[in-house]
Amino acid sequence: MSTWAGVTNEAFQLLVNGDTDTYRAMVVTLQVSGAATAAAALLGVPLGLVIGVSRFRGRSAVQIVLNTSLSVPTVVIGLLVYLALARRGPLGSLGLLFTPTAMVVGEVLLALPILVAFTVSAVSAVPREVRETAESLGAGWWQASLAVLDEARFGVLAAVVAAFGRVISEVGAALMLGGNIRGVTRTMTTAIATETSQGKFGLALALGLVLMLMAFGANLLFHYCVDAEARERPQRRL
Amino acid sequence: MIFVSVCLGALAEPAALRMATTTSVENSGLLAHLLPHFKRASGLEVKVIAVGTGRALKLGEDGEVDLLLVHSPEAEKEFLAQGFGTSRQEIMYNDFVLLGPAADPAKLRSTRTLPEVMARLAMGGSPFISRGDNSGTHHREKGLWAAARIEPKGDWYLEVGQGMGPALFMASEKQGYVLADRGTFLSLRARLELEIIFEGGPALLNVYSVILVNPVRHPGIRNEDAQKFMDWILSGEGQKRIGEFTVEGQQLFHPQSLK
Repeated sequence: MSTWAGVTNEAFQLLVNGDTDTYRAMVVTLQVSGAATAAAALLGVPLGLVIGVSRFRGRSAVQIVLNTSLSVPTVVIGLLVYLALARRGPLGSLGLLFTPTAMVVGEVLLALPILVAFTVSAVSAVPREVRETAESLGAGWWQASLAVLDEARFGVLAAVVAAFGRVISEVGAALMLGGNIRGVTRTMTTAIATETSQGKFGLALALGLVLMLMAFGANLLFHYCVDAEARERPQRRL
Repeated sequence: MIFVSVCLGALAEPAALRMATTTSVENSGLLAHLLPHFKRASGLEVKVIAVGTGRALKLGEDGEVDLLLVHSPEAEKEFLAQGFGTSRQEIMYNDFVLLGPAADPAKLRSTRTLPEVMARLAMGGSPFISRGDNSGTHHREKGLWAAARIEPKGDWYLEVGQGMGPALFMASEKQGYVLADRGTFLSLRARLELEIIFEGGPALLNVYSVILVNPVRHPGIRNEDAQKFMDWILSGEGQKRIGEFTVEGQQLFHPQSLK
């Protein structure tokens, strides 16, 4: 009988007793989201830095495109990557569809716009004097840009946390590209979706609780970053 | 006085019968064909909830529906034994087929029996896609492993926890093997790179039954109307309507009366 108390009790039992399926879904989620966020950061932070410190024609157009891509639905990313990786698609010979790698590819594409856009605004907010001081001390373009990036580090960290938050909580691309294979590509979100459709609410609720805790942790970190940045900025201005 | 009678009138107005059925039945279009005929005969509307057999049985257990149309005999008998249902009648059948890539890398075409088929699959050279969703097809697949005394385990055994359609597309993409009901396979065949590798025999028979949910356990279960549906589907007309239903010229369900 699916009563509230029964389901909640079952959820805690699963967490406390270390149920294999529950923990496996958590591990897969952290691995895939972690790898995707790391890869997206390696690509997105340098890209955001270059866009943020450069003054070129069409810069505002680039920013409009970036901000638009922040709200691309995850299922659209899922669909596009699916078509690319499917057997009859251009990358079909790699056999990547329904593997963790396919999920990482999709989630990198989801995380990248967030990382680039947030890095651009963090870098743009750094006072001009930082670059001018670095250049007056003999720094080249790259060295001066790195000095700017260092100044914007909390903003960049906030970008990484926000990107991680987006990929860990999405279900569309993970389900379409990973296929929800038990123990292999079953994440917390896809497990919640399919367990609920089978009336197995205990596991779904257990994973939901963990996911909310993680989101809470990520948000705490995000606010710490934003606060730290706000605390630092006025001092440097003096 | 008038108010009361209006209220009673609203209560007495026949609400729709609630039926839980499997996605394979709903997706085939069979119910869209049957229900208008039933309505003409009885005046009753039927609201259909399409889920896996496991979930359908759960809906019956919780009293969320009045009757079930499902295809997992073992689980159904258990459902009756626990007192969740009052009667069960087999109404129609078709069969399951084992599908795989045309090249048949596991060389299943040269096998004669299902236990041989399952043993070769368990050698693990090719992926096998399991529904893994507690559906009627999943129950049957587990039964086939049990009959071959094999516990499927390993990186070749992929439990996807999804419906028949997604499982078929995954098997096609991964060029693996999968157990499917013939109806769903036929309706998706054009978009799949899969062929029938093994078919036939009593172990692959797929029997659909109607079960009436026990009205004693939950108030508001419309047992009498549900009984009317069961009587109709087993009648000459109901059985004829099942037999005349085709998709692209193919008959998908065989009436039980012809068995």
